[in-house]
Amino acid sequence: MEAECPICGSPVELPDDVMAGELLECPSCGATLEVYEQDGTFLLREAEEIGEDWGE
Amino acid sequence: MRIALVYERLREEERQIIRAIEKLGHEPVPLHLNSNFLPINHGETFGAEVAVIRAMSTAKAHASAITLSSLGVRVVNLPDVIATCGNKLVTTARLSEAGIPTPRTAVAFSLDGALEAAESIGYPVVVKPVNGSWGRLVSLAQDEEELRTILEHREAIPSPYYRIHYIQEFIRKPGRDIRAYGTEKSFITAIYRVSEHWVTNTARGARAVPAEPSEELADLVIRTARAVGGGFLGIDIAEDEERGLVVIEVNAVTEYKNAARVTGVDIAGELVRYALGEGE
Repeated sequence: MEAECPICGSPVELPDDVMAGELLECPSCGATLEVYEQDGTFLLREAEEIGEDWGE
Repeated sequence: MRIALVYERLREEERQIIRAIEKLGHEPVPLHLNSNFLPINHGETFGAEVAVIRAMSTAKAHASAITLSSLGVRVVNLPDVIATCGNKLVTTARLSEAGIPTPRTAVAFSLDGALEAAESIGYPVVVKPVNGSWGRLVSLAQDEEELRTILEHREAIPSPYYRIHYIQEFIRKPGRDIRAYGTEKSFITAIYRVSEHWVTNTARGARAVPAEPSEELADLVIRTARAVGGGFLGIDIAEDEERGLVVIEVNAVTEYKNAARVTGVDIAGELVRYALGEGE
């Protein structure tokens, strides 16, 4: 299974037991990507910094 | 029973929870928040009777816990507990009300107010954002000059939260602090986080070592959990020379992979059993 890196467009291999919310690194550009699911297919987007609620 | 795992990022802890749910003979229902939405008052019913809230940001953890509990799902932790533990000021207030030893703390609303607060507490002091975790943006001020610099930086940030200065006594730690795990019913386990640097979050490089269990520690963990409204919690405790165990912070969505590894305790299993309400 593969998905496209949103940063450089190259294909990224997805593990067979991939799950939404996993972090992967694009082998071509090295970006940290988060797996997410849309209508049953796994897609990739850049992983944003999570967690801190700075009260915005 | 269907048990939902409500999460943002699939870390080691989340994988352990899924395995623990299966091992206990139940059906895990992973719910990746960023790939889904939660209907509050329409659409079909939610596909689980119990939900373990693992969202890393307090805001998303609280939003998902509120929504699911209003749909009749049994959530851990409860929305109020997530909100309390997600706000250091509210946590300190609840602990103080319950007579639980916690560092001398004050809240100020201006630079001058904060300088006066620090005088009343006594240097060194720590300035913390009211929310936020992993020990980030926590600054140590040895004296008024350092505190003034820290505060001027904070006041330059255009967010109302940065006009609220949470000033806390700096507890000198013997090169370590304690991260304990427990609920309003039971003490589960605890580790020492050993670090030369005064910020002892293992996410910031501290080393985890099993802690000496003691009657005093177990009692403090249970009382602390009750003070914040109950729940399955990760509690940060410092060992103060004069006062002994002092509770610094309580985490409602707690990391535990290092603690589970070094103590051998199945913390994920304890969490799922607690979520199921076993022993109630």
